[in-house]
Amino acid sequence: MENSNTSRDLFPGALEMMILESLRRQPAHGYALVQHIQQCSKNLLQVEEGSLYPALQRLLKAKLVKAEWTISPSTNRRVRIYEITKAGLDHLECEISSFDRMLEGIQMVLGPERRTADS
Amino acid sequence: MGWMERVFRRRRLYGELADEIGEHIEEKTEELMRLENLSRSEARQAALRAFGNPTLVQTRSREVWEWPGFESLFADLKFALRRLRKSPGFGITVLLTLAIGIGANTAVFTVVNSILLKPLPYPQPEQLVAVWLHAPGAAGLTNFTEGLRLSPSMYLTFAEHNRTLQSIGVWISGTANVTRIANPEEVHTTFISDGVLQTLNVPPAAGRWILTADQAPHSHEVVMLSYGYWQRRFGGDRSVIGRNIEVDSMTREIVGVMPRGFEVVNQDFDLLIPLAFDPRHQILAGFGFNGIARLKPGVTIGEADADIGRMLNIWMDSWTNGDGGDPHFYKTWRISGAIRPMKQQIIGNVGSVLWVVMGTIGVVMLIACTNVANLLLVRADGRQQELAIRTALGAGRGRIVRDVLGECVLLALIGGVAGIGIAMGGLRLLTAIGPTNLPRLHEIALDVRSIAFTLVLSAVSALLFGTVAALKSMRPAVSLSHASAGRTASASRERQRMRNMLVVAQVAMAMVLLISAVLMIRTLEALRGVDPGFADANHVQTLRVAIPRPLVPDAQTTLRLENSIADKLAAIPGVSSVGFASDLPMVEIDPAWNNISIEGKDDRPGSAPMRLFNYISPGYFHSQGTRLVAGRDYTWDDIYVLRPVGIVSENLARESWGSAQAAIGKHLRIMPLQPWVEVVGVAQDVHQNGVDAEAPATVYWPVMWKLPWANNAVDTEHAVSFAVHSDRAGTESLLTEIQRAVWQVNGSLPVASMQTMGELYGRSMARTSFTLVMLAVAGAMALALSLIGIYGVISYAVSQRTREIGIRMALGARKGALRWMFVRSALALTGIGVVLGLGAAGVLARTLRTLLFGVSPLDPVSFAAVPFILAVAAVLASFLPASRVAAVNPVDALKEQ
Repeated sequence: MENSNTSRDLFPGALEMMILESLRRQPAHGYALVQHIQQCSKNLLQVEEGSLYPALQRLLKAKLVKAEWTISPSTNRRVRIYEITKAGLDHLECEISSFDRMLEGIQMVLGPERRTADS
Repeated sequence: MGWMERVFRRRRLYGELADEIGEHIEEKTEELMRLENLSRSEARQAALRAFGNPTLVQTRSREVWEWPGFESLFADLKFALRRLRKSPGFGITVLLTLAIGIGANTAVFTVVNSILLKPLPYPQPEQLVAVWLHAPGAAGLTNFTEGLRLSPSMYLTFAEHNRTLQSIGVWISGTANVTRIANPEEVHTTFISDGVLQTLNVPPAAGRWILTADQAPHSHEVVMLSYGYWQRRFGGDRSVIGRNIEVDSMTREIVGVMPRGFEVVNQDFDLLIPLAFDPRHQILAGFGFNGIARLKPGVTIGEADADIGRMLNIWMDSWTNGDGGDPHFYKTWRISGAIRPMKQQIIGNVGSVLWVVMGTIGVVMLIACTNVANLLLVRADGRQQELAIRTALGAGRGRIVRDVLGECVLLALIGGVAGIGIAMGGLRLLTAIGPTNLPRLHEIALDVRSIAFTLVLSAVSALLFGTVAALKSMRPAVSLSHASAGRTASASRERQRMRNMLVVAQVAMAMVLLISAVLMIRTLEALRGVDPGFADANHVQTLRVAIPRPLVPDAQTTLRLENSIADKLAAIPGVSSVGFASDLPMVEIDPAWNNISIEGKDDRPGSAPMRLFNYISPGYFHSQGTRLVAGRDYTWDDIYVLRPVGIVSENLARESWGSAQAAIGKHLRIMPLQPWVEVVGVAQDVHQNGVDAEAPATVYWPVMWKLPWANNAVDTEHAVSFAVHSDRAGTESLLTEIQRAVWQVNGSLPVASMQTMGELYGRSMARTSFTLVMLAVAGAMALALSLIGIYGVISYAVSQRTREIGIRMALGARKGALRWMFVRSALALTGIGVVLGLGAAGVLARTLRTLLFGVSPLDPVSFAAVPFILAVAAVLASFLPASRVAAVNPVDALKEQ
């Protein structure tokens, strides 16, 4: 997974936010989460698969998600399913709104012409 | 989740993590096989590529649950310990170097801390001051004292009229005979006025202070004991309070005991006795008393000095000298207050010595660090491959630096702990070889501040030598293949440059220390070259005998007692001559001084310079080995019939009459009402206050004479020191015989201060020899370390350039020329170091100025000799490894690489 023009370093907390959002829709295990994020972003975000795990550990430690081992019905393998908690939902809400504000701010600085030209 | 739980759950957590990651990769592999029809191994490769470095991911994930900084440091330390165990030679060398360096520094710092930095052991010590006066108009006075002390009348005036002091007192130390307890014993007494205990403000350990009421003249006589004397004589018995003891044949009631460690300023004592001044009998003069005072809060020393200046006028208005002279003639002395902080008074001139020693030891530590850095560089070479592998496995640059620094910190901390042990031993040694008059000696102890200093020093030195190693291990960033192929030429050249710089620094620092040491050697030489005014010092036994006035009040009887003691001493086998005097040279007891007037010269009272007074018996000069330059010695007849004769020192004779010969037959006197005294002899100059101080102009009066200031009443010295010239001086048997001889004359007289003149002479140079020993030890260590450094650099260069040597030999270079090539490079390094060192020494030697005697801080001999010594040593240190060139076989050297 080489660096290319399309990929860019994520800002701190972005990966956690995307994981929480994915889990809000549906509990999933690590591999599924990676697939989901890559598909949703239409491969624009090239997330190194491994980097997911430290982020998951951080969320576990902060008790924003919980995890449980089960057998996946589809692949029949042992998987660790992550599920978002109540605290995780609140945190996500908070993060999204602050992210929206930040995005809005950045766009205002970049200017309306630029925004319409890009979109 | 509590931290306990976190620690214990970790194992399970980490297991789960590993499982999870394994499953992830497995799932991805299977999916790739299914979707893209890859073989299992191909799919697995692709899955791993997409996943990234599983080990690193696991590490990062685990760190979430850890205290990452702390725990990885711990792991680093564990690893470093394991590595150290694997190379014990390296470990022991480094640890020993560090332990000795840190230990020596801690020991010296502890002394500096205890003596110079710690506040004095009295309440609110910052308010305490020593009261001195400055009297630039009193000629001759500055020759032999630190300034003018107080007279009793001054003290009484200051105590009554001051506006800036909470309390003021004066004290003076002396000795007294304590009898009727066991054997008669001479003890150290400190006589105190009212206000001394109030100023120091330390409560008694038992009983009560000597109070104002006890200071009234002719009151009930009291005494206080020191803790040490109380323990020694009375076993710490509390019932001793209220008992009577006999001090100088006077009964005194013990009223209290001062606590352990209490000293009056810097004076250790056995007994505290009230001075009990009688204001009715005081005159202006008698400036022999040490003043101490406690300033009112917020008062500065300048304000207190101004207050003293104001009170000096009151003093001259209120008292006279009883000789009809104008009390205001002291205006010509231009007396002013010269109050100094008590701490300065106590520390005295030891401060400069201690700071020099501290600086010296610090430089040795720097050199030691340089050597350790050098060793670490060699080690970094050896670890090149390991570090490259770790970098390839995903270790970040910071991680590697932390690993290298961690090792250094570990080394320094172990070194520091061992150093504390060494410091404890070193302290004992320091206090043993240090000047015996070191102030606050009993306060010296390893305390929290010293331990903190050790830790900080360890950490700083770790950073110092660690940074060099860390920089080096970070710099090359060589690829794995490169590292395993062997050292690259460029890396080793760079490393060699770093080493060369370290050697230059070492040589420069060693230079500074060696020059300082040589300067001290030259100082000691100069001191030894001074004729002290006595000879054959090791064969002169001295002892003090004091005959209390209450025991024998009469002057004639006292003198006859002293005379018969002298006769008994002279009868001891092996004794060639005996004499006695009121003051011996170099005993550091402040002697008596006064002014004299010379016949035929304008003798306005007080305008004449101050002269040292000593009172001597016939034969004193002979037993001391003091030459009579002109005239004759006293005879017993002179003394018993009170003939008006005097002996003066050579410098006084020269100053007053032009030459020693011219002085004979001339006249002098102290007071206008006194008959003239004829000069019958001139003695060589005696360095009363140590060889480094000028010999004071001295008048030697007969030991019994008519006191001019007491209506010419006959008096004699009641406490005298005998000088016994004998080849057996200092032997146990002679001391016993002396004791017996004195007791044959009077059984209640204690014999005190038995020491040879040699000991007194040695003690007067203790400060110089102590500084010399410290500088010499430091200089030798520095020299040895730099030579090891040079040796290491050259032998490394030889081993690095074996191939080059082989080529040169093959092309016809002679071995001698090759050897010279390496020696030359060592000399070049030494040369640069010497130049830098000369510059630094030129600057630093100035700080030694106060410790030098008869030598300029830029003494050309020292500044020429040391570079020469260093150059010779460098040639030797480099010649040995360079000789290995001879062993190089060109064929082997070329085949090898």
